[in-house]
Amino acid sequence: MEEVPHDCPGADSAQAGRGASCQGCPNQRLCASGAGAAPDPAIEEIKEKMKTVKHKILVLSGKGGVGKSTFSAHLAHGLAEDENTQIALLDIDICGPSIPKIMGLEGEQVHQSGSGWSPVYVEDNLGVMSVGFLLSSPDDAVIWRGPKKNGMIKQFLRDVDWGEVDYLIVDTPPGTSDEHLSVVQYLATAHIDGAVIITTPQEVSLQDVRKEINFCHKVKLPIIGVVENMSGFICPKCKKESQIFPPTTGGAEVMCQDLKVPLLGKVPLDPRIGGVVTKASLFWLMPRIHQPHQPTGV
Amino acid sequence: MEAAAEPGNLAGVQHIILVLSGKGGVGKSTISTQLALALRHAGKKVGILDVDLCGPSIPRMLQSQGRAVHQCDSGWVPVFVDQEQSVSLMSVGFLLEKPDEAVVWRGPKKNALIKQFVSDVAWGELDYLVVDTPPGTSDEHMATVEALRPYRPLGALVVTTPQAVSVGDVRRELTFCRKTGLRVMGVVENMSGFTCPHCMECTSIFSSGGGEELARHAGVPFLGSVPLDPELTRSLEEGRDFIQEFPKSPAFPALTSIAQKILDATPACLS
Repeated sequence: MEEVPHDCPGADSAQAGRGASCQGCPNQRLCASGAGAAPDPAIEEIKEKMKTVKHKILVLSGKGGVGKSTFSAHLAHGLAEDENTQIALLDIDICGPSIPKIMGLEGEQVHQSGSGWSPVYVEDNLGVMSVGFLLSSPDDAVIWRGPKKNGMIKQFLRDVDWGEVDYLIVDTPPGTSDEHLSVVQYLATAHIDGAVIITTPQEVSLQDVRKEINFCHKVKLPIIGVVENMSGFICPKCKKESQIFPPTTGGAEVMCQDLKVPLLGKVPLDPRIGGVVTKASLFWLMPRIHQPHQPTGV
Repeated sequence: MEAAAEPGNLAGVQHIILVLSGKGGVGKSTISTQLALALRHAGKKVGILDVDLCGPSIPRMLQSQGRAVHQCDSGWVPVFVDQEQSVSLMSVGFLLEKPDEAVVWRGPKKNALIKQFVSDVAWGELDYLVVDTPPGTSDEHMATVEALRPYRPLGALVVTTPQAVSVGDVRRELTFCRKTGLRVMGVVENMSGFTCPHCMECTSIFSSGGGEELARHAGVPFLGSVPLDPELTRSLEEGRDFIQEFPKSPAFPALTSIAQKILDATPACLS
């Protein structure tokens, strides 16, 4: 019976592959060879590349379907309204890349040049990269294990020719796994400004979001704040409010108070927001969020 | 001829159903729990295996958070969520020291735990084992399908919401099913419209029609549309049995109809 090494010493620890808890782990030989201990040369290469990127913001949630990609796309467009600001939007959701659809860029392909991969530009000052642009059909599935996903993320950070960028916004998949660890590790020496965490009001979401907040603390990622999405629904006919995702445990407001993180704003459930980003959806969403690109000084 | 699997802990499990979606937040855990409860109300013994290691939602939905997992000779004893012991559950949620503890594992470690969940949980006699999965087409999904393959699952229920962004991801999940040889029992469309309790106006908050269109495009059965229902959401929050307590609520007919379709599609066992 294969034991799960609950107390895995970590692939980069001195005990890697050698500890008592390593017996029977499928990675024991790899770890014992010391392969995990050597720093990845890509980290330095990415640090160099990121010197032209002033600010980096991750958009996270423990929970799926709360509106990370919708928020990331709107934040990118909102910041790009200032034509003098250069914005980059990177989608590292390898299995479920939503950004091309939300940005109205479905069917676009990525081009390679001497200086690397070119992002797809939706505006002169807003470039986008996603695995979605590398797939030839909407039915193509990316059925990859962790190491291959990590390799893609490394390429996105190292090989995309972003140029001079004021804000790099990184949209992530739900969870606390390979993609999240990789992006934090690869950007570790390049300084991430912080994370915006998206949730919906109900406890089933909050319980996953608390884990995400703990993940941020664990990897020392500053938290810019939390956005509560799908906060109430106003009926377009009678204008009365209903709680479709009821905040049975106090919603994001109570969670933020308990965990001492800022609540940046609440966005209602609105059929006008959630498809492709439009001037209207920007108008309905962005004013509700307080400075999502500004880490508060601690 | 393919060698029969060492039956072990799945020997008493008659039918295995996976609940999948490419997209997060569409209601996989909701559909998994409601399907299990509906099958229970139809007199079946049901187990739920929650392989969402980063975001294990099921314990709370069945008011079982914080319960302890015990060992027996054959392995882990699943947690019974009801007095009659007709619904049992295994989730990583039961193995965490604190409820807010994050499971920050890379693929290989997740794969190892999923293999253990499949082989080392003493399910006993079950009519159905419902396997709830996280969103995506990655380690957890590959590990689960590979570990369950020798036991010939009945198939997969694929959950979507109506809007294009969900359907786009779920198309990829259907490709995953095709590539891994997993039969698709059908598509369920969740969050299909909301009827305002004040004025009865129905709004398609998450667009409309996507699930049925997807099923048609993929040539798989469309099992039904489940509307947004605050009573259902509240039941999940509080760990209540929605199927038992709210038979007049908007989501009830759709959920029980989906369960009936599963029962109808289940081959009779050779005894």
